[in-house]
This record gives sequence, C-alpha cells and structure tokens, in this order.
Amino acid sequence: MSALSSFSRRRAKARIQQRPGALVYGFLVVILVASVFPFYWSFLIGSGDAGTLSDTSLSWIPGGNFVANARSVVDNESVNFWKALTNSLIVSTVVAASVVFFSTLAGFAFAKGRFSGQKGLLIFVIGTMCVPTQLSVVPLFIAMSTFGWTGTLGAVIVPGLVTAFGVFWMTQYIAQALPDELVEASRIDGASMFQTFWHIALPAARPAAAMLGLFTFIMAWTNFFWPFIALNQNNPTLPVALATLQANYFVDYSIVLAGVLLATIPLLILFVFAGRQLVEGIMRGAVKG
Amino acid sequence: MTTSTIVVKDLSQRGFGFRENLGRWDVKYSPYVFISPFFILFVLVGLFPLLYTGWVSLHAWDLLGGQGKWTGLDNFTFVLHQRQFWVALRNTLSIFLVSAIPQLVVATAIAAALDTNLRNKTFWRMSVLLPFVVMPVAVTLIFGSMFGERYGLVNRTLAEVGFGPIRWHTDPLASHVAIATMVNFRWTGYNALILLAGMQAIPRDLYEAAAIDGATWLRRFFVITIPQLRPTIIFVIITATIGGLQIFDEPRLYDQNGLGGEDQQWMTMTIYLYKLGWTQLNFGRAAAVAWLLFIVIVAIGLINLAITRRIATSEGPAT
Repeated sequence: MSALSSFSRRRAKARIQQRPGALVYGFLVVILVASVFPFYWSFLIGSGDAGTLSDTSLSWIPGGNFVANARSVVDNESVNFWKALTNSLIVSTVVAASVVFFSTLAGFAFAKGRFSGQKGLLIFVIGTMCVPTQLSVVPLFIAMSTFGWTGTLGAVIVPGLVTAFGVFWMTQYIAQALPDELVEASRIDGASMFQTFWHIALPAARPAAAMLGLFTFIMAWTNFFWPFIALNQNNPTLPVALATLQANYFVDYSIVLAGVLLATIPLLILFVFAGRQLVEGIMRGAVKG
Repeated sequence: MTTSTIVVKDLSQRGFGFRENLGRWDVKYSPYVFISPFFILFVLVGLFPLLYTGWVSLHAWDLLGGQGKWTGLDNFTFVLHQRQFWVALRNTLSIFLVSAIPQLVVATAIAAALDTNLRNKTFWRMSVLLPFVVMPVAVTLIFGSMFGERYGLVNRTLAEVGFGPIRWHTDPLASHVAIATMVNFRWTGYNALILLAGMQAIPRDLYEAAAIDGATWLRRFFVITIPQLRPTIIFVIITATIGGLQIFDEPRLYDQNGLGGEDQQWMTMTIYLYKLGWTQLNFGRAAAVAWLLFIVIVAIGLINLAITRRIATSEGPAT
C-alpha cells in the first residue's frame, strides 16, 4: 500500500468520525423539545384552573393549583385512582413476570434442546407474532363472560401471560449467549434439564430477560382496548380510569391533565432508572428482527 | 472427531440403571414440558379466539342472547353494504398514511442524526424514547387539549402567523392529522432507534470507500445507508402496519362520545367493531368486521412489502 493511499484512507476515516456540526445538534434539540413539550403543557394546564385552557392571554408560567387539581382526581369516586394504580401495578407485574418466565423456559428448550418437531414449532411461534391479537376481543369477551371473569383482573392478566414475541426473543438470545459446552457440563454433573435451566440458563439469560420484562411491563401498563372492554369503572386499570376522568369532567382540562400527569409519573420513574436498558433492548431487538 | 463422538455415545448407552434411563427421558421429553405452558396458553388465549371469531361471524349472535342460528355469510354481506364500514376503512387507511409516511421520514432523519459521532450518545437516544412511556390514552388527552377548534393552542398559534382556524373536530382530514400527530409523538423516536440499530450494522468500510471516492455525506446517505437499511425499513413498516390499522385508543378519546365523531369523521375499523359489538350488542357483525380488518391488514402488509422492495432496489446498487 502506497503512502498516498494510506493517507487518503486516514483522511476519509477522519471525515466519517468527525464530530457532527451544529445542524445535527440543532435538529436533535428540536426533537427533544417536541418530546418534552407535552409534559410541560400538561403541567401548565394541570396547575391552572378550569379557565386556563381557553385563556387567550395564556401565561407560560405554571399556576399554583396542581396539588388541588391532583386532589380532585384522587378524590373523585367514579375514577377510583388508587385502585387503578394498584391494579395497573398488579397486572403489569404479573404479566411481565409470567412472560419472562415462560418465554425463558420455552426459549431454553428451543435453543438448547433437541426434540422432534422443534423447527416446525419454532416457525409456528414466529408466524403467530404477525397475527394481530386485538382481533380476538369478541370471543375473548364471550369466554370471560361465560366464566364470570369480566370486571376482574384475571380477565386482563390471563390473555397476557405468554407472548410469541417473548419466546422468539429469548430463543434468539439463549442460542447465542449460552455455550453448548456449559449445558453439556451441567448434564454430565448429573443435573436434570430443569436444574440446568434454573442454575445455568436463567442466570445467562438475565440481560435479555430484564429487557423483555421491562418491555412487557410497559406494554401491559399502556394497554387500553382490552382492559376497557373487560373491566369497568369500579375496578379499572390506569388507562381505563383516565378515560372515565375525561368523560366525567366536561371541558375541565386542568383536572384531566393533572390526572394524566399523575398516571404518567410511575413510568417516568421507571424510565429514569431503566431508560438506558430500554434503549439497548429496542436496538438489540431490531437487529434480530 | 468422529471417534470421540462414538466414544461418548458408547458411554451414554452403557448404563441401563434407573438413573440413566431417567436422564435420557429427561433430555428427550423435558423440552416438550418447557414449551408446553406457552403453547397451551397460546392456544387458549391466542389461537382459539382467533378461529372462534370466524365461527361467531357466521352466526346471529348477540351480547345478551348468545349464539343464535347459523346465518352463513349474512354478517359479512350486511357489513359490506353499510356506508359506515367503508367510511371506517377510509378513515383507518387515511390516518395510517398521514401518520406512517411522515413518521418514517422523520424517524430516518433522527436515526441518521443519532448515527453521527455525537457527544452524550445515551442522553440523545433516551431523549427520543421518552414519549414511548406515555400511554396512548394520556397522549390523546394531552394533544386533544391542544387541538380545540376555538381556543386550542394549535389554532391560536396558527392564527398568530395568519392561518385561519382549522376545524380539527369537524373536517375529516384535519381530524386525521390531529390523530396522526398523537401516534407519531409516541412512536417516531421508538422507530428511530430501530433504524439506528440497522444503520450501525452497516459495515463502516462502505462509507470509508465512498469517502475516499469523494462522496458527500448526503450522497453516502442515499447510496449506501438507505439501500443497506432495507430489511430494517421493511420491519418497521410491517410492525407499523399491524399496529396502525388496529388504531383505537386515540380516536376513542379524541372526543367525549368516543364513537368517531358526529359524522364518523374519525371512526376507524376498530371503533366500528366496538360500536357493533358493545353498543349495538351484535357480536356476529363485530366478529365479521374483525375478520375483514384482518384481511385488510394482511393485504396492506403485502402491498407495503412489494413497494418497499421496489423502492429500495431501484435506489443505488442491489444488495
């Protein structure tokens, strides 16, 4: 290689690796503002009073009524805010834990087991990922009514206990993260398949399991359509309670948006602690998918 | 190599004791036990309901009376002869297009910006994902308060720069734009991260070679990045199609009645399904709409796939 070409190569590399200019940062700042503005807006309106939204000389400084507005949300008996919060926590936690456990178990079997029908069953799992589950609401509702489960948390938890995506995700991860030798060694030491799963596969799969849990938790927390059909005002999850709040307060957006902020705080806290993992998980899933 | 395998096999077949037998059974059948919770639950809550939707759609079936007589394809012909069905289809497709196209463009731009050699990479990546943790119901209530026709923030801002008020809750296309904004607020950053992951998987030598040849950033982007990104773009479009065509939360809470507007301006397929099933109590017809929606999703998915293939191959060298 001549000196000239290695020089131009170095220069090309430097050109690609150089720090981006103000234009790129400017663009990202605009996106950042767009991401954050709705939160600020909610606080601005949620800290005002019934007239704030339609006030033509709207000040951009928040008012002092946020606590009072939040209290009217919490005290509203038809909204059932605390019950909704507890329910959302229960549903999302149980669903996330269940999806993680059953997906890791099945993922371990698919990635490291040898059994007939393995390939066909895995293709079946991948195929079902594309089937829109929301379309099953009619028979699900018929089934839940037959068992008398409508209005109870079971109606929302049971359909979420497993996902095809989870099995696919864990299979992919375990296949590349857990060396076959480790499984063999554990077998030679006399461990059963379940012991091998529990002591070897589960710890090895922890990063992917954490991401799957996080993702499933958020999906369960934000889900509205099915909980809205299966539950009622007396026993709601947070999105269902927010819908009630809107139907209750005609045009009083200061209270509605105070409620919106209250309902968003738990996931914001989660985002502060686990946002980095969430970013990583989404990006890792994308490469595989 | 071969010999060692045989030795191992011999060893494993020598013992015929209870423990060895148990061990072999364990290896052979445990995988089935491990995958069975998923399959049993999936068949019960995923597959069975989907097929049963088909069964319900072929019967007269109401919420209170339960299963009625077999009616063949009557529910389908009834629904297909309703103006509301076609309006719902139009709205669903319109909202999907108005949201998906700008979203994909902006998400690609964000991904390209994030793919540069930024300071504080993690901060910027997290910042675009922040809206994802807000539930769609909350997003709708927040944006709904901005899109008021008389006093809304958006119309007031437009008035300041000299644009007449837009009738966000009256004009169909305007309502679709408002709803698309809500969808895009939540999903643009999420999809940008997926596209970013795709961009980072592109071999850096390609860019280097192009830079040696003197290609500008913009040229490198269109000649290398976009064609190389094709599988990721297809993935994003397919998931956006499946999710987008089922849209319910945003149009449901866009006004207080939740049935898609007085003249069905923003009544989507899923809203129509809900209306048939839970306000008219006609499950047979609701199930028929569910199946029709499923067919629409598959059809649009295939069309998208064909278009994306075409666009991505016509631009730049084949990959």
